[in-house]
Amino acid sequence: MSAPVPHEDIGGPAQPLLSIRGLVKHFPIKGGVLNRTVAVVQAVDGIDFDVAKGETLGIVGESGCGKSTTARLLVRLIDPDAGEVLYDGLKIGSQDGLDLREMRRHVQMVFQDSFASLNPRLTIEDSISFAPKVHGLSAAEAKARARELLQQVGLNPNLFVRRYPHELSGGQRQRVNIARALALRPRLVILDEAVSALDKSVEAQVLNLLQDLKAQLGLTYVFISHDLNVVRYMSDRVMVMYLGRVAEIGPVDAIYGNPRHPYTKALLSAMPSMDPDARTQEAPIAGDPPNPINPPAGCRFHTRCPFSEPVCAAKVPDLASVAGDAKHAVACHMNAPGSGHSRIAGAA
Amino acid sequence: MTAPLVSVEGLRVLFKSADRTVHAVNGVDFALQPGEVLGLLGESGSGKSVTLKALLRLLPASRTTLSGKVTVAGHDVLAMDEKALRQYRGGVVSMVFQEPMLAFDPVFTVGDQIAEAVMRHEDVGKDAARARALEMLERVRIPSAKRRLDAYPHEMSGGMRQRAMIALALACKPQLLLADEPTTALDATVQIQILLLLRELQKEFGMAVIFVTHDVGVAVEVSDRMAVMYGGRIVERGSAADVIRRTAHPYPQGLLASTVHGAMRGTRLEAIPGAPPDLSRMPTGCAFAPRCRLADDTCRSVAPPIAALAPGHEAECHQPRLSAV
Repeated sequence: MSAPVPHEDIGGPAQPLLSIRGLVKHFPIKGGVLNRTVAVVQAVDGIDFDVAKGETLGIVGESGCGKSTTARLLVRLIDPDAGEVLYDGLKIGSQDGLDLREMRRHVQMVFQDSFASLNPRLTIEDSISFAPKVHGLSAAEAKARARELLQQVGLNPNLFVRRYPHELSGGQRQRVNIARALALRPRLVILDEAVSALDKSVEAQVLNLLQDLKAQLGLTYVFISHDLNVVRYMSDRVMVMYLGRVAEIGPVDAIYGNPRHPYTKALLSAMPSMDPDARTQEAPIAGDPPNPINPPAGCRFHTRCPFSEPVCAAKVPDLASVAGDAKHAVACHMNAPGSGHSRIAGAA
Repeated sequence: MTAPLVSVEGLRVLFKSADRTVHAVNGVDFALQPGEVLGLLGESGSGKSVTLKALLRLLPASRTTLSGKVTVAGHDVLAMDEKALRQYRGGVVSMVFQEPMLAFDPVFTVGDQIAEAVMRHEDVGKDAARARALEMLERVRIPSAKRRLDAYPHEMSGGMRQRAMIALALACKPQLLLADEPTTALDATVQIQILLLLRELQKEFGMAVIFVTHDVGVAVEVSDRMAVMYGGRIVERGSAADVIRRTAHPYPQGLLASTVHGAMRGTRLEAIPGAPPDLSRMPTGCAFAPRCRLADDTCRSVAPPIAALAPGHEAECHQPRLSAV
């Protein structure tokens, strides 16, 4: 394999590899006899974050929080309604920035469903070498790269190149998907629930592989999962999403050790205990997450929050740094002096 | 000790098709006392769901060969005819599934479906059955239960549907509840609510529960006793504390070591190498031997004996070693 950083570093090490600004994606729901828009799913509703070079950013949240929509927006599988995505300082999809074809050379994605992501009629070798051929490699070079990548993800090329996806186990297929994502030597890989469908014993193998590849190839990851334990294990920083907005973002130890948003706290205490003598006695919050079609006004968590006050229903909280830790930010009125909430952090 | 509510001896399940025979369950024995909760832990293909379905005879008869002896509350389950099965299912034993949309009929209201189940098993009229349906929806704490009686399954959220399915399963006060990964598809904050609800209802109704899951944390939350399955057999069983803290079999040891939790950041995960066995070509000897770092020639050729480690704590292994705590 070639040098660890295969691509030109445009903006220098301090420039975030990915910058997201004011990203919005709403899905209209059509209905009625005239097929008019009757409702809007606010899947992602104004989010900002950066991914630094070489880090792993974990994104957690429950179904409907917008984490998978965010992933699809990052690789531009769907177009945002507003906001921009900058790759190493270059705006994606604009004239003076980075066109989509070039962007996809740098940014690749691995999905949860290892079977649906592979063309059932292509052999493993054809699947992996497809993108390199599209991007200008000769057939022989592309095949050689496919074999090299299979070796790298721990599959013997001599055994696997001629096989079809249905002949592989789930863990092997996910290794093939990882190899394919790496075929263009990207710098950023978006992993959307990439290990969630695997059995625990196989999940551990794939997590080890992802850590090894990151170190060998100098990769940057966005790691999306609903499994808080796995996100903690993989991530340098963690972003918690709730109904299309960022609830809290910060270094992994701050999020798990000193969570500030009531939703983050609830998520963490909802994790099943691993100790038979200390089983969970009380559910941290009641009810289901609300429907993203008509999300609550103000803070979207206020309908389930034990500390909700009138200000929470009236006003959207800003994502602001926690006192004493500039890297740790939370969107909660209890963190905003002067918001009018009676439980301002530090004041009580 | 009272007579066990459930007794399973030498249960084997084969699925036959034209070109191969899948050995899904290969000799499972266990007993369950009334009011006891057994957590059946295993990965996909370990035979845990098939064991559960065999207890309700839900497997397609044309392709399945069942053998062994299964007794539940005095009923010889494998010998029952269709008529007896209809009384048995829902009356004596009931089941909740991972996907509640598949347990409910989409064209009838939730209230009607629960009432129908009550009328089917008990000699009561429609009004009394509706009243029981309402009582059950309140028991599982569905908000504004009265209104929800007339709701269709698709009008409910995932967590609420799961509560409604539990209400349906418990409407006829079964002695045994079979739970097949009922919280796997739920969000974390909803999962813990459903687990606590099941624990509470289990105490209230005094029923026995067999809870199948692949998630160690979920099994710990609900189980009195735990059994770990691999390759269609129970490889280790004991109290939840025995299985989690004094693990003896290399497979559950590996499973616990590879389950990511707490402060493992920066360390390499101790993954179990390889993949689960192909159930149509089971190895002779121990099914786990090809992936086991302790395996020797005996393991590969001779089926492992049951090693008794403590009262009620057993492992099927040639060389069980208690993990240090």
